[in-house]
Amino acid sequence: MTLERTEELALNLGPQHPSMHGVFRMIAHFDGEIITKIEPKIGYLHRGLEKLAESRTYAQFIPYTDRLDYLASPHNNMGYVQAVEKLAGIQVPERAEYLRVIFAELARIASHLVFIGSLALDMAGWTAWGYCFRDRERILDLFEMTAGSRLTVNAMRIGGFSQDVPDEFWPALKSFLDDLPEMLEEYQGIFYGNEIAMGRMKSVGILPKELAENFSTTGPVLRASGVKHDLRKDAPYGIYDRFDFEVPVLNGCDSYDRGLIRLLEIKESAKIIRQAMRDIPEGPIMAKVPKVLKPPVGEVYHAVENPKGELGFYLVSDGSTKPARCRIRSATFINLQLLPAISIGWKIQDVIAIFATLDAVLGEVDK
Amino acid sequence: MDALNKLPLNIAAAIRGLFGDPHSIWADLTMTVIGIILVIVLIVLAALILILLERKVGGWASQRPGPNRLGPRGWFQTIADALKLLGKEDVTPAEADRFIFKIAPMIVFALPMMTLAVIPYGMGMVPIDLDLGIIYYLAISAISTLALLMAGWGSNSNYSMLGGMRAVAQMISYEIPLIFSLLGVVMITQTFSLSKIVEAQSTIPFIVIQPLAFVIYFIAGIAEVNRAPFDLVEADQEIVAGPFTEYTGLRWGLFFLGEYGNMTATAALITTMFLGGWQGPGFLPGIVWFFLKVGIIIFLMMWIRWTFPRMRVDHLMGLAWKVLLPLSLLNVLLTGLGIYIYQYVLRIGG
Repeated sequence: MTLERTEELALNLGPQHPSMHGVFRMIAHFDGEIITKIEPKIGYLHRGLEKLAESRTYAQFIPYTDRLDYLASPHNNMGYVQAVEKLAGIQVPERAEYLRVIFAELARIASHLVFIGSLALDMAGWTAWGYCFRDRERILDLFEMTAGSRLTVNAMRIGGFSQDVPDEFWPALKSFLDDLPEMLEEYQGIFYGNEIAMGRMKSVGILPKELAENFSTTGPVLRASGVKHDLRKDAPYGIYDRFDFEVPVLNGCDSYDRGLIRLLEIKESAKIIRQAMRDIPEGPIMAKVPKVLKPPVGEVYHAVENPKGELGFYLVSDGSTKPARCRIRSATFINLQLLPAISIGWKIQDVIAIFATLDAVLGEVDK
Repeated sequence: MDALNKLPLNIAAAIRGLFGDPHSIWADLTMTVIGIILVIVLIVLAALILILLERKVGGWASQRPGPNRLGPRGWFQTIADALKLLGKEDVTPAEADRFIFKIAPMIVFALPMMTLAVIPYGMGMVPIDLDLGIIYYLAISAISTLALLMAGWGSNSNYSMLGGMRAVAQMISYEIPLIFSLLGVVMITQTFSLSKIVEAQSTIPFIVIQPLAFVIYFIAGIAEVNRAPFDLVEADQEIVAGPFTEYTGLRWGLFFLGEYGNMTATAALITTMFLGGWQGPGFLPGIVWFFLKVGIIIFLMMWIRWTFPRMRVDHLMGLAWKVLLPLSLLNVLLTGLGIYIYQYVLRIGG
């Protein structure tokens, strides 16, 4: 039997389109409802951050990193300040290290909550979206208590942490962690356990293990394709080697597993935060850092596991107060390249879901 | 209570009485015009209330307050939105097929007017009482497919055309289980007249004898009015707003009116066919019972819309052809067997 072929249409999705996260744009060519080609267009949010770094001092660039993956700004801060600390050989006080871990893991939970909500919303599941944003609000309140801002937290400094957390932080954090299992059950019930959502994501958008590795994918997208790779375990930075947690790995390689793995990671993050809460020592939160920081000549690459994957900072120092070169390896910029490769042959609706499971944040893609 | 029940009928008789001969052509004409005006008022009122209700239910489902700024608890929000729509520029895209583009919203608005005109709202309160009410209703409601296709094709935009094509595929598939599910009720009552079907439910509503048919009609009915989880036609995450993408101002508002009118009509038909129409315990007038039942069905539809994700196009077709159609045929078979056994028992007993 030969299939009747019809005229190919092109549909422009974005940069202003209800389904697009941020200002991503893609031109989808399709035949009937089947996608034949995807042309991704990026760059609408390009600010030239890497070049800006060259004209700022090392400390001045920290707020700019907030604007990379703005859903998880503590991770960006952490990646950058740890790279500078490595370059300048600064030892960070214990308490600051623990606070960094708590903030980073809270940001991971917040970022994954946005992911679950927007994945549901891309399938018109409004209720799940409402639940996720309701719960994320509590994490943002925790950030606000300490740093004053909610989205671009900017709490980390070279050599430590900007300020200690207030007294009301700990009870609020504890009550959030206590309520978390119930929240996860709610998402499971309203979204992941839903027959329609399962039908739309199971066995859809297959990303085979080899393809994922060849595209140098990182983060949950890679772990949902059966590769156990997590920098917190494989190349521990900061004090991550002190915590006892699992790295969830799923073998489904489909949209559903890419969605579900985030739910499992939230549980592990909560585990890490509980251990950090238990072990955190009293003490100073800032190391002695010279007012004018001039790292020795040299170069450094430091990578952290942000909610989307490997976030790396490559810094070259020429001995002056400003970096000679700054290069940012952002996870979603690389993960997003998978989209044309794994979308062909699926329906338009599937591609919307596949795009959502790659969890692209355009601040990080366009830099 | 009986007096309250008969009040609309008495008013109607009084108006007819003004003409001397209560069955003269002028009296009939006046009553028809009054009926049409009442139906239009019903649609506009329903849209005004339902749009606000939809946003409130949506807020309730996803833990938001919903509109709450304008008037007490935001009750004037829809009126303000409607006034805003009136002030918008009426844009026709340069590439559009102008005639088809302009006529499509009018058709969408006219259809619920025609379908709601045959629904019995209370004892003897049928604007137009047709002997073939069900067939008329189904025939008219099927035309809305054509209107959506016209809007989609006439706009000459890819989003719109995809939406229009989806409308055709979806609504034609769901038409079939929809019609078959009503067949059971028709077999039991031996009539196509909606007012006779309501009278037949004076002891027991048909949802008790025809639960399967009710579920099938409810699902297919949601698909027929393009509401989530079957709202592929206007799936904003994929095709922006489907056939309505290129419309502005009052034309777009007409689509909205038509959509909520269609929803009311579907709920009204479910009430009439399965929930006993205006029949109910005597402490409330029949018309109140009718709108109470319609309201419950509409609330259910809204609850489902805000809770479930959207289905995929192939699963949608699979559900219609592989699940609903066989089940509706099974329902016809079971109903036939039941009627046969019932009559056999009657013969033995009698």
